[in-house]
Amino acid sequence: MFDFSFAASIFPQLAVAAITTVFVTIASFLFALVVGIPLLLLRRSRWQIVSQTTTAVVDFIRCTPILVQLYFLYFAMPEFGVRLSPLATGLLVFSVHYGCYMSEVYRAGLEAVPRGQWDACVALSLPRVETYRSIVLPQMIYPIIPAAGNYFVHLFKETPLLASISVVEMMFVSAEIGADRFRYLEPITLCGLLFLIMSIAAAGLIRTAEFFYGRHWRRAW
Amino acid sequence: MIPQPFIAFSTVSKRFGARVVLKALDLEIPRGQKLAIVGPSGSGKSTLLRILMTLESVEAGSVRVDDQYLWRGGREQTTKATDATTAAIRRRIGMVFQQFNLFPHMTALQNVSAAPIKVLGKSKDEALAQARNLLARVGLSDKVDAYPAFLSGGQQQRVAIARALAMNPEILLLDEVTSALDPELVGEVLNVIRMLAAKGDLTILMVTHQMGFAREFADRVCFIDSGEVVEDAPPARFFDAPTQRRTQDFLRTIISA
Amino acid sequence: MDVLIEARWLVLSGTIVTLRVFVLSFLFAAILALLLGLLRQSKHALVRGAATCWVEFFRGVSTVVQLFWLYFALPFFGISLSAETAAIIGLGLVHGAYGSEVVRGAMQSIGRDQWEAATALGYSRRQTLFGIIMPQALIAMLPPLGNSLVLLLKGTSIASIITVPELTFQSALVVNRTLAVVPIFICVLLIYYSIAIAATWIVRLLERKLGRWRPQTLNIR
Repeated sequence: MFDFSFAASIFPQLAVAAITTVFVTIASFLFALVVGIPLLLLRRSRWQIVSQTTTAVVDFIRCTPILVQLYFLYFAMPEFGVRLSPLATGLLVFSVHYGCYMSEVYRAGLEAVPRGQWDACVALSLPRVETYRSIVLPQMIYPIIPAAGNYFVHLFKETPLLASISVVEMMFVSAEIGADRFRYLEPITLCGLLFLIMSIAAAGLIRTAEFFYGRHWRRAW
Repeated sequence: MIPQPFIAFSTVSKRFGARVVLKALDLEIPRGQKLAIVGPSGSGKSTLLRILMTLESVEAGSVRVDDQYLWRGGREQTTKATDATTAAIRRRIGMVFQQFNLFPHMTALQNVSAAPIKVLGKSKDEALAQARNLLARVGLSDKVDAYPAFLSGGQQQRVAIARALAMNPEILLLDEVTSALDPELVGEVLNVIRMLAAKGDLTILMVTHQMGFAREFADRVCFIDSGEVVEDAPPARFFDAPTQRRTQDFLRTIISA
Repeated sequence: MDVLIEARWLVLSGTIVTLRVFVLSFLFAAILALLLGLLRQSKHALVRGAATCWVEFFRGVSTVVQLFWLYFALPFFGISLSAETAAIIGLGLVHGAYGSEVVRGAMQSIGRDQWEAATALGYSRRQTLFGIIMPQALIAMLPPLGNSLVLLLKGTSIASIITVPELTFQSALVVNRTLAVVPIFICVLLIYYSIAIAATWIVRLLERKLGRWRPQTLNIR
């Protein structure tokens, strides 16, 4: 049934492809973290038209499949003269898609900071920038860690979608091996196990971060 | 010439949505007065303090502090002061909240010294020294490096008072500062406030349910109900011989409770 | 001209397949989620442990790899599934695991005091679970249900990778044949968005109708 020696022989190829997967995950997540910030600011804008348009766009992107968005940009961009590599296209789509999720996470984190903290800052005449920097931001981070971490793992597990626009990551390589040797069982199982192990490890790291952040000043949240 | 009162609310009206909270309220407070404000919940007492602290807006009327108008208008409308004026007024006022609102990620010392450093531009050494001093005066010298989560309610509230005092306010607003405390912790906070009463030039507005304390500490007691000032008298007359029916009813429910 | 008419037909048939996969995998996932959620509350540590392992496994796998495995690797064990069946089973397994967390959270949100009150009245454990806790928990599950439905809908688009002729698959086909990239994809995205809105609207309606006795009905999308 399961050919262990075959599995062992193809493992190195998958491991190398795993590097691409990890790179894409980390790069797009970092971009997403950044993209989320202006989206959040736009959503909280004083002008109704800006905040409502942004909310509608963010909602639209969040509620539609990332694969369709991927195909859209991959096929549409050449029509407008923009030629991006499959990898760059993937990074762009993932960053924007997950950036939308992050703006929601930021918004929830902001709302988790009790109203009274803002009142105290006004009462002390603390300027706005300082209020955000030293009072609100440190308190926002704690609720953001699990939510952001969750999306990080989701992003990681969605990277195989990039195989459909020919990015050479783990899924692509295992499908290639399968087609090549007429045996899909071992490459796909290995690929799946690698994803599983890495996502469980990542989840563990996130829980640790959550435990350690602000441990000395938190009692019960 | 009659000197203007230090703080003046004139025909101030405020609504939260459909609910009218303040109805053309008039109130004048001379400098250095210790005023206790009492009344049933929802009567607008806290809102009055919050308006003065620039935390809430106003629909009509005037709010004046010294010679600056925070809100200027008549019975029907009002305009807000410029940002610069608002900030200047805000800096003269300090507030202590029912829920303390201490910064949880900072020690007591840091809580008290943060604003003097960031806003008043004091040096770190100067601010820390002042903070230690204030925390000692409220009886917490042994808790300077403690985080709020590890302090009792009474201790947290005392840190909050020290924090407000660190900014050298001319006006101190106390918004039901003992209402969230367990009964046995109320006394330590009232002691600190008693100590503040001795400062002649500090104007204190205190919204409270502690009638016994109000009687002892205040120069004047104001009863606010349904958004208007119903009775306004020195404590002895207020508690022993209130003139208004509503005041009498209110005092009766408080005493019996 | 004929091309556009054929395009419309492909998009329509794709939408029907998407809806079919969506509904069937939802039913499968819902049953699994309830089952697993209940098993995780079992008295027996072994049952609880096994259910937890199952849930953690399927929460950790990548959906893409999972579908791929069911369609391409399973035949090596003698089981050959059609693409659509593989998609429904795969999505059901993964989203059933995610759903079991929602179920578990909802059940735990029904405080201890309900259990205590029931015990004081003489209810057996089973009676309490099914008569008191579950009805309340089912309604507590509604707010997060909207989110889960949208996630599942987006998951159906992954089925295109294993050649299920659903909407994403058809859209890629159509774009290859006609050259109207932008309008086709915008149309497809709007179809997905409409289904997502319809689904969340139905959940909110249920929340309002059934959740009238709750002090707060959260309306977070």
